[in-house]
Formats: sequence, C-alpha cells, structure tokens
Amino acid sequence: MIRVQQEGFDISAEIAKLKARRRDIGAIVTFIGTVRDQHGAVAEMTLEHYPGMTESELQRIEQEANARWPLRASLIVHRTGTLKAGDNIVLVVTASEHRDAAFEAAKFLMDYLKTSAPFWKRESGPGGARWVEAAPSDDDATSRGQKRAAE
Amino acid sequence: MRVLYFAWVKEKVGVTEEEIEPPEGIATVAELIDWLKARGPEFADAFAKSEVIRAAINQIHVRHDAKIAGAREVAFFPPVTGG
Repeated sequence: MIRVQQEGFDISAEIAKLKARRRDIGAIVTFIGTVRDQHGAVAEMTLEHYPGMTESELQRIEQEANARWPLRASLIVHRTGTLKAGDNIVLVVTASEHRDAAFEAAKFLMDYLKTSAPFWKRESGPGGARWVEAAPSDDDATSRGQKRAAE
Repeated sequence: MRVLYFAWVKEKVGVTEEEIEPPEGIATVAELIDWLKARGPEFADAFAKSEVIRAAINQIHVRHDAKIAGAREVAFFPPVTGG
C-alpha cells in the first residue's frame, strides 16, 4: 500500500495495521527518513510533488519490489508540505517470512523512490532557502525512463 | 497539450501549468524544450541547462528524444529529491 499525505505517521499503528490477523509474517523491516538540521543550517523543509504521478510511481515501485521478493506486505508513506527539522519524511515497511527479503526490499524501495518518485525538497534556514540538489548516485531517472520506454 | 512545471523550473518560468499548442513540426521533448525556450527570457533561463531537466509524458518518465505525439500532459522538473 502507498500513501502521500501532509500529516505525520504513527509507526506502531502502521505496523499493527499491517500485521492485523496475519500469521504468516516472520520479519518486518522499517525505514524512516527524517529532516536533518545540518548543524543548524536547516530549520524547515518543504516537499513539493506531482500529484497523480507520485502515486503511480510509488505503486509501480511497490509492485516491482513485490515481484522481486516474496513479501507478505509492504507500505510506503511519504509526506508533503512543510516539515521541521527532526520531523519524519518517509516510512517504508516491508514484511516477509524471513528477514533477507524484508531487508533487501526495503533498501530497494528507498533507492528507487529516491530516483523516480517526483518529490522535490526545498530547505530553509538562517541562510535562506534553496532547492536540494539530487545526489549524483541518486540521479538516474532519465536512463530509467529510457529503459522503461524500451521495455 | 497541458504542460506542468515543478520546483525551480516552475519558479523560473513563473507558471505552474498552462495549455500550449506547439506547431506541427515539434515532434520530440527536446524540440518542445527548444520551442519553449524561444517564448521568452524566463523560459530561456529555466531551460538553459536543458540536459538537467527531467520530463514526463502522461505522468511517465521519458527521455528528451521521446515523441510527444498523443501527449495530453507533459511535465518538466529538476532531478527528483524525495525520500
């Protein structure tokens, strides 16, 4: 399941929902991305996104992870709007019978999310505001578009 | 077609979205970018380093050589920075 929302998330509640009435899950991995203050340089972060495409990209990424690993359940929650240093940004939960699949799928989901989900971060602090630049390692969206077009 | 701009591309061009009718000879995303750049200094500035601009057609990532025929919605944005 995927969700894009302004409000925060409750990790315990999300895991409880994911596990409800399930007896086939042996491993749950969670990843939470949070806003760093970067030694006082960042007070707030505003996340813009592309409504519609964001949801379809997250669903595509989740389907891809489920095709590659035997997951029993998965969840991606990504926040938008203005967040403060220390706030949660993103939650990824993967559940499987054994731990390897859950660990690997969680990393895969985050790596893919970072290169293809249409979100943009703008940081602001005492020195002003700036759009965050993509890390070179994260930045492969164009070649992914090419690969998908060729498929 | 509907064109959307995001993040600093949007700030530079000064609009969030618009309806455009590019002339018939415009076949690819790259040609559309060149046509947009000629519309005014704000577009020329936003697309100055066109190689860093990412594009999507009908909400799917595409390369600049993708054909725009049949596109209902084209979006331009910087490399994504979510997560």
